[in-house]
Amino acid sequence: MAAPDILPPKGVRPPIIGPGQTFGTITDRIAGIVLTKHTPVFWVLVVAFAAALFGMLQTAVAYLLFKGTGIWGITIPIGWGFAIVNFVWWIGIGHAGTLISAILLLFKQTWRTSINRFAEAMTIFAVMQAGLFPLIHTGRPWLAAYWLFPIPNTMGIWPQFRSPLIWDVFAVSTYFTVSFLFWGIGLIPDFATLRDSAKTLVVRRIYGMLAMGWRGSAKHWNRYETAYMLLAGLATPLVLSVHSVVSLDFAVSVVPGWHTTFFPPYFVAGAIYSGFAMVLMLAIPFRYLYGMQDFITLRHLQNSAKVMLATGMIVAYAYGLEMFMGWYSQDKYELAMVNNRLHGPYSFYYYMLILCNILIPQSLWLNSVRSTPWKLFLVAIVVNTGMWLERFVIVVMSLQRDFIPSSWGMYWFTKWDMMIFIGTMGFFTLLFFIFIRLMPAISIFEMRTLIPQAKVKE
Amino acid sequence: MSNKSDSSPNLISANQIKPASLELEAVRKKLAEAKGPKYWRTLEELSDQKAFGELLEREFPRQASEWVDPVSRRGFLKLAGASMALAGLAGCTRQPLEQILPYVRQPEQLVPGKPIFYATAMPFHGHALPLLVETHEFRPTKIEGNPLHAASMGATDLFAQASILNLYDPDRSTTLTHMGELRPWGEFAMALNSEVRARKALQGAGLRFLTGAVSSPAFGWQMKTVQQSFPQSKWHRWDPVNRDNMRAGSKLAFGGYYDPIYKFENAAVVVSLDADFLSGAWFPGFVRYARDFMRGRKLENGDQMNRLYVAESSPSTTGAKADHRLVLRPSEVENIARGLAAKLGVAVTAGHLSGDQQKWIDALAADLMEHKGKCLVVPGEFQSPAVHALTHAINGALGNIGQTVSYIDPVEVDPVEHGQSIRELIADMNAGKVETLIIIGGNPAYNTPVDLEFVKALDKVKLRIQFSSYKNETTDHMHWHVPETHYLEAWSDARSYDGTATIIQPMIMPLYDGKSAHEALSAFTDQLGTSSHELVQTYWKSQHPTVDFETWWRTAVHDGFVKDSASPARQVTPKIAALPALPAADPGAIEVSFRPDPTIYDGAFINNAWLQETPKPLSRNTWDNVAMISPAMAKAWGLYLLNDENDHQSDAQRILEVEFQGRKVEVPYWPQPGHPDNAITLFLGYGQEKTGRVGAGTGYDAYKVRPSTAQYIGAGAIITVTNRFWDIAVTQGHFSMEEREPVKVANLEEFIKNKNFAHEHPDEEPKDGGDRQESLYPNFKTKENFYQKYAWGMSIDLNSCVGCQACAVACQAENNISVVGKEQVQRGREMQWIRIDSYYEGDPANPSVYFQPVPCMQCENAPCEPVCPVGATVHSTEGLNDMVYNRCVGTRYCSNNCPYKVRRFNFFLFADYDTPSLKLGRNPDVTVRSRGVMEKCTYCIQRITAARIASEKEDRDVRDGEIKTACQQVCPTEAIVFGDINNPDSRVRKIKDGPRRYDLLAELNTRPRTTYVAAVRNPNPKLASGTERA
Repeated sequence: MAAPDILPPKGVRPPIIGPGQTFGTITDRIAGIVLTKHTPVFWVLVVAFAAALFGMLQTAVAYLLFKGTGIWGITIPIGWGFAIVNFVWWIGIGHAGTLISAILLLFKQTWRTSINRFAEAMTIFAVMQAGLFPLIHTGRPWLAAYWLFPIPNTMGIWPQFRSPLIWDVFAVSTYFTVSFLFWGIGLIPDFATLRDSAKTLVVRRIYGMLAMGWRGSAKHWNRYETAYMLLAGLATPLVLSVHSVVSLDFAVSVVPGWHTTFFPPYFVAGAIYSGFAMVLMLAIPFRYLYGMQDFITLRHLQNSAKVMLATGMIVAYAYGLEMFMGWYSQDKYELAMVNNRLHGPYSFYYYMLILCNILIPQSLWLNSVRSTPWKLFLVAIVVNTGMWLERFVIVVMSLQRDFIPSSWGMYWFTKWDMMIFIGTMGFFTLLFFIFIRLMPAISIFEMRTLIPQAKVKE
Repeated sequence: MSNKSDSSPNLISANQIKPASLELEAVRKKLAEAKGPKYWRTLEELSDQKAFGELLEREFPRQASEWVDPVSRRGFLKLAGASMALAGLAGCTRQPLEQILPYVRQPEQLVPGKPIFYATAMPFHGHALPLLVETHEFRPTKIEGNPLHAASMGATDLFAQASILNLYDPDRSTTLTHMGELRPWGEFAMALNSEVRARKALQGAGLRFLTGAVSSPAFGWQMKTVQQSFPQSKWHRWDPVNRDNMRAGSKLAFGGYYDPIYKFENAAVVVSLDADFLSGAWFPGFVRYARDFMRGRKLENGDQMNRLYVAESSPSTTGAKADHRLVLRPSEVENIARGLAAKLGVAVTAGHLSGDQQKWIDALAADLMEHKGKCLVVPGEFQSPAVHALTHAINGALGNIGQTVSYIDPVEVDPVEHGQSIRELIADMNAGKVETLIIIGGNPAYNTPVDLEFVKALDKVKLRIQFSSYKNETTDHMHWHVPETHYLEAWSDARSYDGTATIIQPMIMPLYDGKSAHEALSAFTDQLGTSSHELVQTYWKSQHPTVDFETWWRTAVHDGFVKDSASPARQVTPKIAALPALPAADPGAIEVSFRPDPTIYDGAFINNAWLQETPKPLSRNTWDNVAMISPAMAKAWGLYLLNDENDHQSDAQRILEVEFQGRKVEVPYWPQPGHPDNAITLFLGYGQEKTGRVGAGTGYDAYKVRPSTAQYIGAGAIITVTNRFWDIAVTQGHFSMEEREPVKVANLEEFIKNKNFAHEHPDEEPKDGGDRQESLYPNFKTKENFYQKYAWGMSIDLNSCVGCQACAVACQAENNISVVGKEQVQRGREMQWIRIDSYYEGDPANPSVYFQPVPCMQCENAPCEPVCPVGATVHSTEGLNDMVYNRCVGTRYCSNNCPYKVRRFNFFLFADYDTPSLKLGRNPDVTVRSRGVMEKCTYCIQRITAARIASEKEDRDVRDGEIKTACQQVCPTEAIVFGDINNPDSRVRKIKDGPRRYDLLAELNTRPRTTYVAAVRNPNPKLASGTERA
């Protein structure tokens, strides 16, 4: 365990790496988490719990495939419920990773180095959760699994390219592929480090294969840097495009509350908002449990909090704009939508959303909140709750009352909805903890560039 | 989905029905012990194991009949299907030899894959609805009205539409039983024959027949023959929804029984005194009357339209269509009738009339006087005889007799007052005078007046025989139960409301060896074994001795009616000599109305899933009956109120305990706008203890409190509010239009001033066939590029729609639409492709009510199409949104994006893939949808395609009117018109070019092909109260 966080004097920002670290300590500390034979008790407990939830997810999905989507609370007119809410939520969470890795890399924000690896892992695991939902929410997933892809066939039947759901398929699968490659390439030098530090033959062989013959030659480094920068360049627009495309699922429709042109930026901001909240939700326990306070310092937490504050304000602006445009349009359906948000049967969730996403995060203006990990952790939880509610409000409350009053309806989730939602959280946690145990959760070689000795005069 | 039936107390566990004590050893021992030759007929007898016999007979059926949970019931059907298949294996019997052979001689006219239509009729409680039945390879699949017959003109009602499901109902009685045990027909025939001989020796003393109202001339002839050879026998009649009041009223006014026949087409002013002539089948002649009445409101030629005044107690769809509706407590109707009669010069006096009522009567009387001979006053079937007598007198005073109303001899054979008839029967039973009781049809143990205690009296009858198509409450008290045929299974005949006789021809062999009512009687005329066909033919031959009978018969059967058999009008004059005194009304007493249920009638249709799932026209609830009270009463009692803030999809409604004449029943209440205060309406037919899988556990039994003294109306109910709740499944949760005006409506005066009232900007709105351009993008779907040949369109006249729900059931039958069950309806997953929205406007005490049928709009710019990721919903060159079921993966995006919410999703495998009998009834031209697939109205594309193919073969265009969608065909008021809008002469195009046509949600530029014709109401300018729009 490292020393507890010490707040630097006023006006001085906390360092991005704790004092006294050397190349050796960095390598040992980070690789030690993976190469140790001693698996921490908390790890076993968390993984056991997460695996149980994953089992619940499998049960619920199996039953879903057996019976049909009717086991959920969806109905006519609310044809989309928890599945789509969860999909958008998980995709949103998946945003911070690539933003941190790619965009901050291009902007040469060196503080990203300590958190980019697990943020990328978070992205990949979150997109895996997200990707589950569009498939299983269909009535016939065994057909949707391949009819949604443009696979040439003798019938000459293609997907319908005008549908945003098809754009979704491309956007999400591209995003997953690029994120995965980016993550994988970044891992290669570290796998080599693990290979070289491994104490047993089997471990050495496994990491050796994963390292793909990395020897650390200048040529390797040169090619690595080129590839990494190229992928960063590729991934950057994806950060913006994925959630823009997801938002088009709604914006393209005619449903009041969905049919809005500002959805793409609004959704991207919201995604980064929730993504950073998730980064904090993972980083704070991680640095505490593994004593990584020297690598993930208060500086990282503060910076993440600032990004949250900024994106949170954009989201707040979007909420305001939604209301304003409803009024400004003077369209009876838009007005009714606004009215339904404020006074409808689900208005409680709307007010909770305002509380979670706008009011409580205002505490991030305070340095004391930004610099106190447990407070940040609580705010992050609140923000992610709020972001889930936001998607609930958008999906359910808009569909609930649209044009024809006779067809207005209500939505109640069922236990199967909840089992699948919680199950994906378990699946995510399971994947994340397995990742921490088997792969360097912080980029070793990049961390080494952060210590003063690494600075080379050019 | 948890299996709720676990908690069902009725469910028999496997242990209970498996006695397992019939050990081989024990049987051997028993045989060894027996002295002398011991003959045993069954193993059961041998082992004295009654339960074993029961096990053999009804292992699954019993469990089946008591399965309550609607979802698991579906699962159970699968189980039952599998068990049936396995039963053959387990029985170790030889499978019946089945040979697959081609026709040696192809049946005449049969082209495989092409339907054949046969004329027949549905008998319905003393009258009949003439039908044309679509059969595929001799399996009836769809029922239509007989267009040649004056009582139908091609339309039907929802009961006729749904009756086909009763034919294929797997829960129908399939076996002849004696004391609950299976018996062969021969054994029954022997028992019956010996009984007949015994009774004949006694001149028929102690022999009684009990049927419902019968209009079959052949049955009447048979019964007459029976009564000649059994002079002391008696024929009793009981229908729980009977025409006693009408009969008694007729006797009061004319001294004899006459049926009134109305000619709404001649009436400019119509007054309904609680008469529900637009609501459905229990008003004989409804189909024709609704058509005639609505013809007077089409505004097709000029600005003339009839006016409807309704003074009613329980809200009905007739009241919903009224131009003036007066809300009355049930007992007040008679006073209004008296007031009106007095005003029009009939020698009666009225009791106290309130100021509003007096004003209403004055204006009404003036309007009637202006239209002497061209007006009509219609009495309600459920109102007292005095009201009937008074209306006859009023119509007489106004010179309407012969003009708008005429009187014929009763259509019912040997008409009696049913209340009196059943009372006599039960009294005789109690006195021990009845030894043999033959019950044909009906369910008297369930639906006879509760105070007469039919079941108790039944025990005193020595031999009790029931012919019935269901094993019901009555069956439990019977010695013999014989399955009765469905009307599509046996020859018979019947007369429609105007007396026209129809030969009922069967469509299919009896599915379960049932016997018809004619065959039931044949034992008493020494004709046992004679077929119904022969019996019916014999009768008609005797009626037409001079003609070439074969030709006559063929013509009558083919046309579906006997030519010129309508009853001639009788010249009668109403005389009001001695009217019973006006019953003293206590304004504080709570009055009870008993009404037949709008969808399951008197309970006869309780096991019909289509009707169970059809929303009741006003409350939109399904699978249960509710008790209607006024919103003000609900408020006064502190009950949860229907309001706009809460959607009603799956509400638990509080249970009221209604005590009437010392008997109690628990009912879920429903606050019905327009219901009178201090009154409650109970609906009959639900809450049956012994019924099939569909009807089990639905609703409350209002017969439990219905005495013989107050069959329809009674005062003095005591209502207690309980703390228990009843889950109600409604299909519409929101009854306010929210200022969106999906229904556009104006008064006649406004309409004359501004024909374009349905349009805010009439000049900017497009017309069909013109160049419609409201988009930045070029319109490629023009007549030149896209809709080159046909452009199908539909028009729905909101003025004509009476909300009778027949279209919804017709669509269900035509398009193989699944039934989902109560729990799924509560979740909002009902599947009917056409829904009828009801909207209320104005004061909840007496609101304006509007009906709006909403099928798929078939938008030209359909929001559903571009969002489907797999292209499962695509636009055709004839303008339809085609659903490609094979391609649908079920994202439900199309439904989300449909502003009209007309798409329906198979959340589960709603279609029944397993029950064999249901497969017979499906339309082979329509796919049975599987799980996970979206579906919606297709404009009956199978009918369009059939007509297009027929026209191409003849090298011509499809003629206007050649294609009728199922909803259009069934509609009694011709509210729905379908056709080609590319054709400027087509009827639908002409209606669409009219000023009242408007598009639903036109502002979305969806360019719907289904358009509406705005409603116009015609209130009396002198009467500024009632249902006028604010």
